[in-house]
Amino acid sequence: MIIFWQTLAKAIALGSIYAIMGLSFVIIFKGTQVLNFAAGALSMAGALFMSILVVDRGFPFLPFTNPLAPADGETAGLALWIVHLVIVLMIAALMGLVIERVAIRPMVGQPLFAMAVITLGLEIAIRPFNLDATAISGRSIGVPWGTETWEIGGAIFPKSYLAAVVAAAIAFVAVFFFYRSRFGVAMRAVAFDQEAAMAQGINVGRVFAIAWALGAALAVLGAIFFAMSPWPPAGTVSLEIHPIWVFRVLPVIILGGLDSVAGAVAGGLIIAIFEIFAGQYLSQWTSILGPGYSTIVPYLVMLVVLLVRPYGLFGTEEIRRV
Amino acid sequence: MSHLLEVDNIVLRFGGVTAIDGVSFHVDEGELFAVIGPNGAGKTSVFNSLSQVYRPQEGDIKWKGSSIMGLRPDAVAELGIARTFQNIALFGQMTVIDNLLMGRHIRMKGNWWQNMLWKASKAEEMANREKVEDIIDFLEISPYRKMPVALLPYGIQKRVELGRALAMDPELLLLDEPAAGMNLEETEDMARFILDIREELGIAMILVEHDMGLVMDIADRILVVDFGKPIGTGLPEEVQQNPDVIAAYLGGDFVDL
Ligand SMILES: Nc1ncnc2c1ncn2[C@@H]1O[C@H](COP(=O)(O)OP(=O)(O)OP(=O)(O)O)[C@@H](O)[C@H]1O
Ligand SMILES: [Mg+2]
Repeated sequence: MIIFWQTLAKAIALGSIYAIMGLSFVIIFKGTQVLNFAAGALSMAGALFMSILVVDRGFPFLPFTNPLAPADGETAGLALWIVHLVIVLMIAALMGLVIERVAIRPMVGQPLFAMAVITLGLEIAIRPFNLDATAISGRSIGVPWGTETWEIGGAIFPKSYLAAVVAAAIAFVAVFFFYRSRFGVAMRAVAFDQEAAMAQGINVGRVFAIAWALGAALAVLGAIFFAMSPWPPAGTVSLEIHPIWVFRVLPVIILGGLDSVAGAVAGGLIIAIFEIFAGQYLSQWTSILGPGYSTIVPYLVMLVVLLVRPYGLFGTEEIRRV
Repeated sequence: MSHLLEVDNIVLRFGGVTAIDGVSFHVDEGELFAVIGPNGAGKTSVFNSLSQVYRPQEGDIKWKGSSIMGLRPDAVAELGIARTFQNIALFGQMTVIDNLLMGRHIRMKGNWWQNMLWKASKAEEMANREKVEDIIDFLEISPYRKMPVALLPYGIQKRVELGRALAMDPELLLLDEPAAGMNLEETEDMARFILDIREELGIAMILVEHDMGLVMDIADRILVVDFGKPIGTGLPEEVQQNPDVIAAYLGGDFVDL
């Protein structure tokens, strides 16, 4: 039973991180109809910024020290760490704005496929920075609770589980309210028909910009929480984040429905539960299933759901008059 | 005295194609102005230039005396120029009410970042809904209020799109073939609505239409274009007798009149 609770907690924590990342995909897709294939590189770069700010006490690319950073040899306290998190998320939003302005806006009106390829190009362009920054050793993001755990009735729960759940809850509530706001309504209109939205007085460029700013901030938030223990390689920002986007988050949002906020959260939890439980309870079959079998579990779950619901669990079914 | 809208010698080219070749006209408050011409004459391009979706390379477009050239399309809409599209451009999955509420979007108070955080206040929301319900009654589409527009018959969709444009409280309405593909009865209904909009709401309109009978019956003044060039302008009777116009329409439905 202890194993079960530990496994469940782990699944919910990982699912929360997938949900944050899924929300990032969904918000950009909803605003601009594009899947952001640069999410991997972008999010890892953001997590590296965090590491450079709080652990190295510097600024990326700049020869200054960070005046806010904790004193030498100390790790940031909770409040200070959260302040840095907010700063990094703001930098991430700014990166999103710049990317939208420089790479996406000029492509408006071009086929969506072309835009998706542009994001893929961005992924390749940002990746060297990530490789460089992690070439010598892994980088910690200096969470105040480190690898501390709670013990409840013999079961061990890392504190970072709770942190991930709280972060996901905050992200979900923020996105939920954003969608219900007037700006969210404008975003819905743009998703349906850009030309009609413009004729309604909606500034399509601004919708694109905000979608990218929010999407980038969420991507980085997800990557930062994935850089904590116990996710591999324990507690550092690593290139492991890249495959996560493709092999986990993509199934998550396809499962949930590409344009659904609730779907990203439900999809994240479902995928993580199957992945973690399969990893835990089917491990004695590894010789038959093959090592790394749990990697394909998300895709299996996704395929089964798509057979029943082609638009995903919460996706909008396209209404067509016949 | 400046006109509500003044188009001065605009030229719009797409590569080698000159879609609009020196078109000028003006529209006054409350006026029902029509633009007619054969297929591909450049009528829709004129609308797209007015809303700045296309940017004419030459000429000027003035709204109440000041140029709107170079504005963003949403900024043009905000000035009070609403439009319907030749191929209906509704938000298909949304209900009739929600489509019309979308038209109220630009009339909402608060700037964009406030709107990112808050919904409309209760009072404002109520006022918007009231306005939308009035329009729904006006256009006689109440039975469809809560239905997704994609499921509605074509003629009704055309009306919903007109309703969404009206919800913007426009001063000028651009109607691109509002009666296209409609039967006689639906066309008569549409004509009645257009006349009511002018009489009761006093909104100026530019009407692009293929149905000559409709245009001759209801328009105050008409501009005829062919291959992007203006070939005649004036009162319906004048245009009807203009030899260039007759030549352009020879063999077309114009001769039947
Ligand atoms: N975006 C565009 N790119 C290239 N050419 C265009 C574009 N839009 C319009 N044209 C061309 O401009 C000319 C005028 O087209 P427009 O749609 O304005 O005609 P129209 O009078 O509205 O015709 P219809 O009665 O068929 O609606 C046509 O030759 C068309 O091919
Ligand atoms: Mg046309």
